[in-house]
Amino acid sequence: MKTAPSSVREPPARRPDRWRSHEWIVTLPSLGWLLALFIAPTLIVFSIAFKPADLFGGVGPGWTLDTLRSLGNPNYPAIVWRTLWLSLATTAVCLLVGIPCGYYLARAPIRWRNTLVMLTVVPFWTSFLVRIFAWKHLLHPEGPVRRVLTALGLCDSAATLLYNPGAVLLVMIYTYLPFAILPIYAAAEKFDYQLIEAATDLGATRWRAFRSVFLPGIRVAIFTAVLVVFIPCLGSFVIPDVVGGPSAEMIGNKIAQRAFSDRNLPHAAALSALLTLAVLAPLIVAWGARNRSGRRAVPVQEAS
Amino acid sequence: MSEFLEFENVSKSFGAIRAVDGVSFSVKRGEFFSLLGPSGCGKTTLLRIVAGFEQPDAGRVRLDGQDLTDLPPHQRPVNTVFQSYALFPHLSVRENIAFGLRVAGRPRREIREEVDKMLRLIRMEDQAHKKPAQISGGQKQRVAVARALINRPRVLLLDEPLAALDLKLRQHMLLELDLIHDEVGITFLYVTHDQTEAMSVSDRIAVMNGGRVEQIGTPTEVYEAPRSSFVAAFIGDTNFFDGVVTALEDHDYCRLSIQGLPDVLCYNDKQNQPGDPVHLIVRPEKFRISPEPPPADPRRNTLEGVVEDVIYMGNHTRYWVRLDGHRLAVFQQHRRFMLDEKPIRWNDRVWLSWDANDGYMLERYNVSDERLVQRPPDVLTTTKST
Ligand SMILES: Nc1ncnc2c1ncn2[C@@H]1O[C@H](COP(=O)(O)OP(=O)(O)OP(=O)(O)O)[C@@H](O)[C@H]1O
Ligand SMILES: [Mg+2]
Repeated sequence: MKTAPSSVREPPARRPDRWRSHEWIVTLPSLGWLLALFIAPTLIVFSIAFKPADLFGGVGPGWTLDTLRSLGNPNYPAIVWRTLWLSLATTAVCLLVGIPCGYYLARAPIRWRNTLVMLTVVPFWTSFLVRIFAWKHLLHPEGPVRRVLTALGLCDSAATLLYNPGAVLLVMIYTYLPFAILPIYAAAEKFDYQLIEAATDLGATRWRAFRSVFLPGIRVAIFTAVLVVFIPCLGSFVIPDVVGGPSAEMIGNKIAQRAFSDRNLPHAAALSALLTLAVLAPLIVAWGARNRSGRRAVPVQEAS
Repeated sequence: MSEFLEFENVSKSFGAIRAVDGVSFSVKRGEFFSLLGPSGCGKTTLLRIVAGFEQPDAGRVRLDGQDLTDLPPHQRPVNTVFQSYALFPHLSVRENIAFGLRVAGRPRREIREEVDKMLRLIRMEDQAHKKPAQISGGQKQRVAVARALINRPRVLLLDEPLAALDLKLRQHMLLELDLIHDEVGITFLYVTHDQTEAMSVSDRIAVMNGGRVEQIGTPTEVYEAPRSSFVAAFIGDTNFFDGVVTALEDHDYCRLSIQGLPDVLCYNDKQNQPGDPVHLIVRPEKFRISPEPPPADPRRNTLEGVVEDVIYMGNHTRYWVRLDGHRLAVFQQHRRFMLDEKPIRWNDRVWLSWDANDGYMLERYNVSDERLVQRPPDVLTTTKST
């Protein structure tokens, strides 16, 4: 009789801990996938950057730093800079438009909601290339946008709508906006709007409640939206190629040019590696920051 | 003093549903006031009208003379404890409680002191750093109360704050809420559909039904002197009798004739006259049940019946007693069970008696309300009707 309670009080078997230490086994398939389809190709690309080019568009034997040195091309800083700011600006505008869009989609009456979400993704039904060429037509000096703007006196006849960074920005925003809206809409739909009521009840204006309760509530989706817009933007080359022209070149154009016209794979690989590092660096920084704030025991953001 | 929070003819419809239908009453300063009623009777809607989340279609809401009706929620000096707590998941307990003061832009030191005070009040000083997902239901509830109280609202609105807790915790939190109410001296407007909850802590209760207020009174008033059959049936258990006044007696009493029963004597505070139809209720615990005829007493009514069902409830026993055309619920408390009470069993012949003052005549009666009283299936009537 006496032993019964003590056996009840005994801590549970240590099995869960052992399980935890073997948990990584479960991730093996995805690790393998990542290794075969992302890490290995990336490393191959990185290594090609250290190879000489051969005359037939292939990779020669031996190792060389020549390609890396050729990255000192005086045109590149401007192109890298343009790539960065175009991508950042696109991401910013997509968020600025995507967050309210996602919010209103989620708050729309249920019978409208599906239709509105459909309208958001309807452009995907047309080929990406066709849509880009449509923009080229729209923005063309003889195109409808230009004619309407001129008729309204909003632009003079000398202004060009096509073949400049502005055109690239416009078309990139057009292309990537749905990718920003969708994750934000998904999160906004699951958001508990009573929290906004609670905030206004406690004295917050609607705007304050939106800022201090809604935005933090969907922050993971915002993070996702940033990734799915910013990263493709960095690597885009069709859009700057079609509507951008030489004054709006991005790294993507250069990579394509090196690989397809110059048939210089190592150079293309070096540029790609540069791009990959540019994508990974902020990600790693962001990831580290998130981890650190997650581990902090007593948050000190009292006056946020 | 008398009228602090006033409702004047407040109505609100959702499409065809009249959620709140011409409600007028007022709550006193410092009162613990409950809105009690069945699901869908408009309690939450009324509370949301005070908070400013719903705009009434008609009527005004005033607080200490100030018209609140057109103010947005963030400008109203009232705060809400939500049924689901609605704690901000990305903020810690401390930050949740501090939210109201931070929004008001109060200095950091003052915020820290006030939050510490609140944490002490809810006895959660050591949990301040946790996120809402890391604390228990009862703790969430306390944080929600603290978060709402820190702005020193003039009225605290509570929408079924205990509904998500289990019974034991609910009783405990109820006492705690009552203590907090005494401590802070703020007016509480408390919504519940649980009558025991409302009875045990409220200074006054408004019983609502179908968007209207049926009766307002202290717990004793609404229980002992229900105005309508709805209030009588919704709060506690009760027995209904239809009768006709046959004679007046002793100024304050009247004699009623009830079909199937001998005439009964009843306190006649409604000044009914002979010939008036009346609806009489007698609460089950007002009966005295005995296996022998009770000693004759002119003030007591006595009926004879047969026990149809006995349900032992621990602290009391429920009997269902069949009389001619009636089936009465009778509760009997045990004092010295089995010692000085001869046990009563199924099919025993018993005598019920009650004091003439314990019967109560209703002002309003609606047959369908009788269905609110829980009864075991009536074998005789169900077989009769099929
Ligand atoms: N936003 C709304 N849209 C449509 N109908 C509503 C809305 N809010 C409430 N109602 C309806 O109004 C009536 C009263 O609802 P309310 O939420 O006030 O009831 P309640 O007394 O709080 O009930 P419960 O005890 O179930 O919480 C119900 O019939 C409900 O269906
Ligand atoms: Mg409710």
